[in-house]
Amino acid sequence: MALLSKKDTKLITDPLTDNNPITIQVLGICSALAITAELKASIVMSIAVIFVMGFGNVVISLMRNVIPSKIRIIVQLIVVASLVIIVDQVLKAFAYPLSKTLGAFVGLIITNCIIMGRFEAFALANKPWRSFLDGIGNALGYGVILIIVGFFRELLGAGTLLGYQVLGDPITKTGLYAIGYENNGFMLLSPMALIVVGLIIWVQRSRNPALVEEN
Amino acid sequence: MSLKQNLHNLKEKYKGKKMAPAFNAIHTFLYLPNEVTHGGTHIKAADDLKRTMNTVITALIPCLLFGMFNAGYQHYAAIDPSLRTDVLANFFTFDNLWIGIIKVLPLVIVSYGAGLIVEFIFAVIKGHEVEEGYLVTGMLVPLIVPIDTPLWMLAVAVVFGVVIGKEVFGGTGMNILNPALTIRAFLFFAYPTWMSGDKVWVYEATERAGTADAISGETILGSYAQNSEVIYSNWDKFMGFIPGSVGETSTLLILLGAAFLIFTKIGSWRIIVSTFVGAAVMGLIFNAVVSADVITESSKFYGLMNTPFWEHLMIGGLAFGAVFMATDPVTGSQTNKGKWIYGFLIGFLSIMIRVFNPAYPEGVFLAILLMNVFAPTIDHYVVQGNVKRRMKRLKAKTA
Repeated sequence: MALLSKKDTKLITDPLTDNNPITIQVLGICSALAITAELKASIVMSIAVIFVMGFGNVVISLMRNVIPSKIRIIVQLIVVASLVIIVDQVLKAFAYPLSKTLGAFVGLIITNCIIMGRFEAFALANKPWRSFLDGIGNALGYGVILIIVGFFRELLGAGTLLGYQVLGDPITKTGLYAIGYENNGFMLLSPMALIVVGLIIWVQRSRNPALVEEN
Repeated sequence: MSLKQNLHNLKEKYKGKKMAPAFNAIHTFLYLPNEVTHGGTHIKAADDLKRTMNTVITALIPCLLFGMFNAGYQHYAAIDPSLRTDVLANFFTFDNLWIGIIKVLPLVIVSYGAGLIVEFIFAVIKGHEVEEGYLVTGMLVPLIVPIDTPLWMLAVAVVFGVVIGKEVFGGTGMNILNPALTIRAFLFFAYPTWMSGDKVWVYEATERAGTADAISGETILGSYAQNSEVIYSNWDKFMGFIPGSVGETSTLLILLGAAFLIFTKIGSWRIIVSTFVGAAVMGLIFNAVVSADVITESSKFYGLMNTPFWEHLMIGGLAFGAVFMATDPVTGSQTNKGKWIYGFLIGFLSIMIRVFNPAYPEGVFLAILLMNVFAPTIDHYVVQGNVKRRMKRLKAKTA
């Protein structure tokens, strides 16, 4: 027997492609624009969101029958806030410079629309295991886009990947810089992240015309 | 067989095939199209898109030629300042033109090459005809960049500007932002060291920096922003014997182009006039602020605020932007009243950005891009205002 049934597999793979939270549902854009100037920050942010969403969905799903529907938003906020505090403290303890770079955006995971959206749309109506898979799937879908955007922004904007100078040294003029190449400063500014996300959406929709909305 | 016949045969051969737009475009560009519209009623007019574009290019030619001479003149005058004493004798020389040929023509060729390749690719993929829109953009771009812009940067910016500024919105006629200014803005934010400072405006100044032969050419805006002395006379500023982007220095030739555009009814005189008025008003406000002793001479805004309002109209890219950029019929306002508001705000904001943001001494392109975004809103309110007024009149009549 397979580890995951077909239906369960879809919970993970769907958000990665045809139901991606960023490119299709256009949620979680703010953080995707703000912290993707470096690949490392994108990766850490993705891991943080995977953690928060996976466990958040499980917790909400476990409590789904006892949460009064009138105060469910407050309960959801408390759950996600507790998880975010754990992430924040771990980052501060083990990766302090990185937590400085991410700054307020770790705290702002609380307001990430994807998380509240999945709590509302999925965890409140499904069993814990399926909710866990759904959370992981959506967070992975979010993370994939973040990492793609971070990869291009860091490579073209700073000429580095994860801090390593892959295109040569811009100061001593080695590698590509020796023949006159220069880093594209625009890539490090947030508007360019929006354009990169737009280009990803464009590529995705032209590969799969079923995703194009009728107007 | 003549070229025309050859092209015609190619067109017939590829009719309905993927590459058809490419051959159609070459044919249309070189010859009159041999198709006529049929069905329905048509108004016959001579100014099709191709002719409109060619008119604007004609208006730009004097600026381009002047820019080529100026490229050489600024280079030699930076080395030997005594040349500046008799400008006219030292300006129209072959040495000057030669530097223009080796520096400016490659910019023009790269701009057209990169842009038209993108246009052709999109036409073939999307199966529509190649549009003439890029003909003007391709000429504007080399005129609004510094002389020493590396060619690969220009190519990258052109590809970005044409794709993001135009093609994603649906091609010529559908764009929200002026593609030429999108390209300029991309260059400015992506490679700021090549777009500002006192080295990029004069040929070879970048390479010579730090050596014994070092030369420099601060633009007038740059000097004012630093409260430093300007060596150019008002005559130089009006005629354009000053460092700056390739084709935007000569106010005289820009006004000549403006007259031509207005005469042929291609450019809107309302936008041109209101842009200058807006800039003058903002300049007057700043002058009043200075004469009221609100700011001190040590303030970092003092230099530009103290500049007489009429001088603001001659320096930087304001005139070029007002005449050739703001009047773009696609991205500007369409209604007559809207054109006044649109132009006025462009001029007003240009001077404001110029004065208050020393990092962007040239605020014209930012102001025009901003107003491009607002142009449809302005039109909407003008049209709605008109509807409301007429409804009221109707009510008064029927009551």
